[in-house]
Amino acid sequence: MNSTTTTQEKAKAATPVSQNGASGSKSYASTFVLEFEKPILELEQKIDEMRTLAESSGMGNLAVEIDRMQKKATRLREEVFSKLTRWQKVQLARHPRRPYTLDYTDRICTSFLELHGDRCFSDDHALVSGIAEIDGQSLMIMGHQKGRGTKENIYRNFGMANPEGYRKAIRLLAMAQKFKLPVVTFIDTPGAYPGLGAEERGQAEAIARSLYEMARLEVPIITFVIGEGGSGGALALSVADRIFMLEYSIYSVISPEGCASILYRDAGQAPQAAEALRLTADDLLELGIIDGIIPEPSGGAHENHDEIAARVKARILESLPDLMSETTQKLLEARHRKYERIGFFLES
Amino acid sequence: MALEWFRREKGPISAGQKKSSQDTLWVKCEGCGEIVFKKELEKLQLVCPKCSFHFAMPAESYIALLADEGTWTESDHTLRPQDPLQFKDSKKYSDRVAASIKTTGKYDAMTIGSCTLGEFPVELGIMDFSFMGGSVGSVVGEKISRGVDRAIAERRALILVSRSGGMRMQEGMISLMQMAKTSVKLTQLGEAGLPYISVITNPTTGGTTASFSMLGDVIVAEPGALIGFAGPRVIKQTIGQDLPPGFQRSEFLLEKGFLDRIVNRQALKTTIVQVLKALMHQEAAQA
Repeated sequence: MNSTTTTQEKAKAATPVSQNGASGSKSYASTFVLEFEKPILELEQKIDEMRTLAESSGMGNLAVEIDRMQKKATRLREEVFSKLTRWQKVQLARHPRRPYTLDYTDRICTSFLELHGDRCFSDDHALVSGIAEIDGQSLMIMGHQKGRGTKENIYRNFGMANPEGYRKAIRLLAMAQKFKLPVVTFIDTPGAYPGLGAEERGQAEAIARSLYEMARLEVPIITFVIGEGGSGGALALSVADRIFMLEYSIYSVISPEGCASILYRDAGQAPQAAEALRLTADDLLELGIIDGIIPEPSGGAHENHDEIAARVKARILESLPDLMSETTQKLLEARHRKYERIGFFLES
Repeated sequence: MALEWFRREKGPISAGQKKSSQDTLWVKCEGCGEIVFKKELEKLQLVCPKCSFHFAMPAESYIALLADEGTWTESDHTLRPQDPLQFKDSKKYSDRVAASIKTTGKYDAMTIGSCTLGEFPVELGIMDFSFMGGSVGSVVGEKISRGVDRAIAERRALILVSRSGGMRMQEGMISLMQMAKTSVKLTQLGEAGLPYISVITNPTTGGTTASFSMLGDVIVAEPGALIGFAGPRVIKQTIGQDLPPGFQRSEFLLEKGFLDRIVNRQALKTTIVQVLKALMHQEAAQA
């Protein structure tokens, strides 16, 4: 249900606002602001202007006023972010300034060496993977990769992987097992690509095989949903021992737009569909589908890439020792029990 | 992943169209457009005598077709859906379920049980498209899960006949997780050295194809079945042009290497027996 149309709808749904005084050289992505972020941003701009004024004129008495406004901005931000609707969280999860997989590997890895290709057909730029080291621990990392700006997004296919992306992941999962490397995956995709070639080359088989191989992989797997968890294309990288979601990330069986166009016959009702689908980190923790939530920095992960990366890194380092001390049998048993338990039904 | 069946592209169904073919003596073949005598069609397992088009067949008829006579025992038939999300669109999920139970006489989109097939012990699950488009939610996932457990305990093969529009979005992420759950269970079956034969029928799309349907040791499909990940309408929208003829049909998948065989319904049982004979030779020797 994820098509390029929904990507366009998404771009329309979130209103880009050009900042006052922002230079024309700033890219679309770097100036992108969501509707509900606007009042906060405007206040912060005023504070910046006053600071400049205070510095240039040496008017020290502005300091009290700046401090007062700063507190107001913080309060406003806290207020807005404390009562986000599910649809607003969807927009944050898709924020063009949100950190993507390679933004994390850049920040959390002592070293990261990207490995390319599925050895069958091609290299999928929408799914990146490689061997990494984090504080002396070797591991395998893989994740969906979105692009920033139009050109990069076309190169990354908007983070929508083709079968060869999943087959590259399967190849590297096998390598991880062979060399006893724990696996970390990052989820951030609108969905697996619904194209002609994708079907010809077996998108369904590639996803199914990835689920199967992850289900029986003899090394620990930790998944982070960092942005959009779009349906089967996201699930294909997230059969894991631990699944963590960033506070404002989403994970859903179908995009809110897709759900709305099918059930309400109107993609414009996506906000209602987002409510019904229960796709936020809080929802999924409550439903017992994920293991934990990583709080985001004030204003969302896009406001501070370093901070959120540090939190993700800390969670990897916290989670690994327990998982790595398990025997293979215990590790797999626990992974299996976890999935066997998922389901709500009546029986009489 | 979406449930293509849900969207009606043409206008609403008129009372005339709604009339089920069960009420008539003659039916029009969807494949060749010829008028076929219904009694004859039933004798031929709902395969058109003129063009071999495979009409949709209910679970009971697959049981009659595949199970050795008198050996079928249904399991878990009282499992029925809950509404974990309290999901509501134009209708409540619980109302949709109630309506489907009423029209189909079933509690969900899969019937599962055990039987022998050519004297081989099997666990046989058949999906039913008439129950909410054969969508997969908690009940189908749990039925497959328990079916695998029984197969391992009793040393049976597993056969699943798919016919499904994908995951059931009214169960949200719980339904998506059934793809992972069924895949986990199939690794256990594989570990136990027991065969799984996937039989794909028209239409099977979305997460169903992208999980258990594509994980068979042997995967066969009925002729002309629509099989894919994304539905044709979504792909058409994505690429902005018409799809080539025969795209996503069984014959196309066979050619692309994603099916072991296309099997006419009338040859389905003999083909499965042939597969089981080869893959279960060790079991047979021990028995």
